[in-house]
Amino acid sequence: MIEIAARQSQLEQAVSKLTGLGLTIAIFALLVFLAFSLAERTSEKIQRYLKYLIFLIPAIAFLFIGLVAPAFRTIYLSFRDARGDSFIGWENYYWAFTQPEILDVLKNTGIWMLVAPIASTGFGLTIAVLTDRMRRPGLVKSLIFMPMAISFVGAGIIWKFVYQFQPNEKSPEIGLLSQITEWLGFVPSNWLLETPLNTLLLIVVFVWIQTGFAMVVLSAAIKAIPDEILEASMLDGASGWKRFSRVTVPMIRGTVIVVLSTITIGALKVFDIIRTMTGGNFKTSVIANEMYNQSFRALNYGTGSALAVILFFGVLPLVIYNVWHLKREQSERL
Amino acid sequence: MKNVRTHLSSPWASFAAIILALFWTIPTLGLFVTSFRPSKGINTSGWWTVFTNPEFTLTNYSRVLFEGRGATPPLSQYFLNTFAIVIPSTIIPITIAIFAAYAIAWFDFKGRNILFFTIFALQVIPLQMSLIPLLQLFSGGLHIGTIPIIPSFGITGTFIPIWLAHTMFGLPLAIFLLHNFIAQLPRELIEAARVDGADHFKVFRQIVLPLSIPAIASFAIFQFLWTWNDLLVALTFGGGKREIAPLMVRLAEMTGTRGGDWELLTAGAFVSIIVPVAVFFALQRYFVRGLLAGSVKG
Repeated sequence: MIEIAARQSQLEQAVSKLTGLGLTIAIFALLVFLAFSLAERTSEKIQRYLKYLIFLIPAIAFLFIGLVAPAFRTIYLSFRDARGDSFIGWENYYWAFTQPEILDVLKNTGIWMLVAPIASTGFGLTIAVLTDRMRRPGLVKSLIFMPMAISFVGAGIIWKFVYQFQPNEKSPEIGLLSQITEWLGFVPSNWLLETPLNTLLLIVVFVWIQTGFAMVVLSAAIKAIPDEILEASMLDGASGWKRFSRVTVPMIRGTVIVVLSTITIGALKVFDIIRTMTGGNFKTSVIANEMYNQSFRALNYGTGSALAVILFFGVLPLVIYNVWHLKREQSERL
Repeated sequence: MKNVRTHLSSPWASFAAIILALFWTIPTLGLFVTSFRPSKGINTSGWWTVFTNPEFTLTNYSRVLFEGRGATPPLSQYFLNTFAIVIPSTIIPITIAIFAAYAIAWFDFKGRNILFFTIFALQVIPLQMSLIPLLQLFSGGLHIGTIPIIPSFGITGTFIPIWLAHTMFGLPLAIFLLHNFIAQLPRELIEAARVDGADHFKVFRQIVLPLSIPAIASFAIFQFLWTWNDLLVALTFGGGKREIAPLMVRLAEMTGTRGGDWELLTAGAFVSIIVPVAVFFALQRYFVRGLLAGSVKG
């Protein structure tokens, strides 16, 4: 009886959620439709101003309320106490750069920023070059690319299972890594508890996902190298390795740097993998995870904001580089 | 030497690439196989033993999808929540972004370029910079002193803060990608229509929108995958309420509290993975196009 009632209420909840969803979309569509059909009826003079109101103002309002104003407020909050009530100067930043736990967090973030982009781009470039020399690269590329569709949470579970360790010596290992270690004649350990190895094992998950991204972008860049250049290098008798290091890599250098900087930004902001696999314990926490803990667990908006600002200044040089790169490309096109 | 690339193809390169692809696939295969094994088998033998000793069941899926536990609803409810979050969080930013992209590309006003580069630069402001202020805004409204400027509307605990947050965070990339596309539409086409007396609203509706479908599809896939796979936004703006929490929030919680129940975790993870992977394979072409437009040219 109770079970039937539970099923019933689940069904009711599902129906009400779907109705709400349909209603929301209908209301939104109606709003857009009304705005357009009313605007088209107005005179040209009114339209001159109305067009900005309908086309541009919503986006600017959302960006201002959602990103610009909050960014300034976060900077402001980073100089205030836990509840934001009083000004405390640089104290939160002093805390971030002296507290041993937070220094560990910053160190881990540094390791992520260094290892993750280089490994992802390295694997991505290798696979891009290899598949460029295959007759039918479709399936191989799809398989390597597929993790990009998988969430960090899903990937975290997949790899946590790979790293699973059986504490009871008599039972057989069920994690692939532990089993392979045993097959090779070594003794497996509780991988995710071993600092600093655990941070590297978490980075593996990130690299597993980002390699697909690097591969696709670099592969397109390699395809764009003119055939004549490759032909010329072949006629000159350049070997495979020489062709790679003297022709391919210099030709796609710009793309490699963009891929590196994009993945570095991702590595700086990594959160889900840490949260799912270790929860930031065993000295694996990174800045984005600690920011969440300070703000929403410890409920200290001051230290949380300070960590967000530190994260922002870590990303900033990469943003400046990307904008500069975009501007240069645009002026080249003109 | 007609085709230099085929000429360069080598069996060793193919062999190495296939080995790497296998290596990349094995972890996912392990999860997939495990999700169909009876729980007793999962904890007493490795998943690779199924190839010599096969034993499969669907119990894990029926348990994780339809059996709640105390106050915790079954995963099917979280699955619905994910849909309820993802669909508006994709439609709303695309609509607003394509309006803005058209305006920046085809309206004549001062500061167009500055606006465009500002929006591009906003793309990389970390989410973390917005979390606390936005959460305060959604729950308490905006006050200057004691005078309320924006009321709080009482939207906490509904899907609305999550939709709004996804819209705000998705806009910069959306405007950037769509602008790049719309700005390259032939000038004659739009000017001819303007000369014929069509206003901007008509030009947008009849010419720009239909031509932009491929670019919209590219971005829609991004936003869909990003909102489906998101944990941070849902965790922060969902306020820990089970009634609106999506799959990812529940799965992350399960790995923490029920880390040893691999039969439930693997089945649950697979349920959460299957939709984005299916979308991804069906629309891979658009996805790759968007990726290249966003990063190589950007």
